[in-house]
Amino acid sequence: MTGAADTLDRVLNTLAAWALALLWVLPLAYAIWTAFHLAAYEARFELFAPLTLENFSKAWEAAPFARYFLNTFVLVTMILAGQFFLCTLAAYAFARFTFPGRNVLFALVLLQLLVMPDILMVENYQTMRLLHLVDTIPAIALPYIASGFGIFLLRQTFMTIPKELDEAARIEGSSFLGVLWKVYIPLAKPTYLAYGLVSVSHHWNNFLWPLIVTNSVDTRPVTVGLSIFSAIDSGIEWSVINAATLMTSGPLLIAFLLFQRQFVQSFMRAGIK
Amino acid sequence: MPMRAPNIKREWIYGWLLLLPAMVFLFAFTHIPAITTFLNSFFSTPRGRRPAKFLGLGNYERMLDDPVFWKVLWNNLWFALGTIPVSVGLAIVMALWVNEKLAGRSFVRMAYFTPTVLPLIAVANIWMFFYTPGFGLFDQITGFLFGWPASNYLGNPDTALNAIIVVTVWKEAGFFMIFYLAALQAIPVSLKEAAQIEGAGRWTIFWRITFPLLMPTTLFVCVNAVINSFRLVDHIFILTDGGPDNASALLLFYIYEVAFRFWETAYGATLTVALLILLSLLAIGQFFFFDRKVHYK
Repeated sequence: MTGAADTLDRVLNTLAAWALALLWVLPLAYAIWTAFHLAAYEARFELFAPLTLENFSKAWEAAPFARYFLNTFVLVTMILAGQFFLCTLAAYAFARFTFPGRNVLFALVLLQLLVMPDILMVENYQTMRLLHLVDTIPAIALPYIASGFGIFLLRQTFMTIPKELDEAARIEGSSFLGVLWKVYIPLAKPTYLAYGLVSVSHHWNNFLWPLIVTNSVDTRPVTVGLSIFSAIDSGIEWSVINAATLMTSGPLLIAFLLFQRQFVQSFMRAGIK
Repeated sequence: MPMRAPNIKREWIYGWLLLLPAMVFLFAFTHIPAITTFLNSFFSTPRGRRPAKFLGLGNYERMLDDPVFWKVLWNNLWFALGTIPVSVGLAIVMALWVNEKLAGRSFVRMAYFTPTVLPLIAVANIWMFFYTPGFGLFDQITGFLFGWPASNYLGNPDTALNAIIVVTVWKEAGFFMIFYLAALQAIPVSLKEAAQIEGAGRWTIFWRITFPLLMPTTLFVCVNAVINSFRLVDHIFILTDGGPDNASALLLFYIYEVAFRFWETAYGATLTVALLILLSLLAIGQFFFFDRKVHYK
């Protein structure tokens, strides 16, 4: 291959990569443009059009977004805490204990990777009704707390931890839970971070199950709130809807831009098995 | 060693106790509902004081006679065929680009990945504006460049599903790219260098070395993509609400409609069973199909 052809190849690749990247940011860039400009500039592009925050304040006043944010925050925290607790214990059992039924139970855990709670919404709704939990935040959280994905991910991590460390801690007199707390959990920190980021972004963005199981302002997460807000066709301007859209995805988006490397690595780590 | 027997028993009990909480939740919200879904699909929907009646295969007969069921199944197939190859293909290309020394690489990578962190509902809102007839960006561009008249992409049965597919590809490709990027970084550089010394071009290197080594990732990504093609319905609520005339409804969306808009939970359960069977068949099929390719190449 000659040098000139190689350079041409590189230039073409760079151009194509950039063209696709620009195409990919266009929708978001456009939403940002309309959200920060008056409605008059929705379809008119003038570089020096006056910037405004009016759309955000209009959206904030038009729907109880503060409450929606609080609900999402409570929901995401509840799910994450529950997942960390249950998945840690289960993963520890699968990684370091032998007992009858282990393989069958592990297969049942893996089954959840295919049959997700969202798919079983009809029955799960009946369960929540029996438990008198419909329209509560725990009802949104409960089906996701025992996560097959989380158990699998943590088990894989725990299995890479040398048994000698485990045994050394036991000789020093730690109980089996003490070993988990002192040896396994500290060494699995990167996995917890990765799983935490994936879980938070997934449940922050989740929509279908919360839509079904909530029906009041006090329980709705931001995604459901946003869908109700933008479904009112009557007279809400696009710029206001876009402002609300950015607002709801804002916290995650900002966190992503700040911790880009960690996010990307977390998603990678969570995907490689 | 007489001490051993009680020791083993204690280990069993620890193991079971550690598993207990997770298993209670797993059974309560996954396994038992899966079984009751199956059982309920043989009964009628209980209404008020009227309890559920055993119908045998009645719900299944109804499903097979239901034109909407076949319509959404067909839509789902089309949706899967439209989203999976394109988003997986784009993901590979994106990963290859981002993995190279490219000017402005971090911006490019960010651009590809950002849609992944947005809620699908927000994505739908953003794209809604693109598709608005006359006013939206698509119409403005096609009108400006080719002088096309305003067209209602989401309101036309011929284009509604395709419009949804475009949005889904935009959202998913960057997510899959991450996995390919991880896999590419794990491929030893020496392999590529050896091939270059032998005089292999980029194209040959990709098809003979990189692509086969990416096969396990492709399997993983495809399993994810297939599950997603049955699971991602959030944006439909905003963009088309399944319409016009179910042209853009997918199976899970139809289950939602039947169970939570018409409150026919028994028929909803029957449709859920169909979805579960479909997912299992696909998982099994995919496993065997890819298993061969992964090993023999």
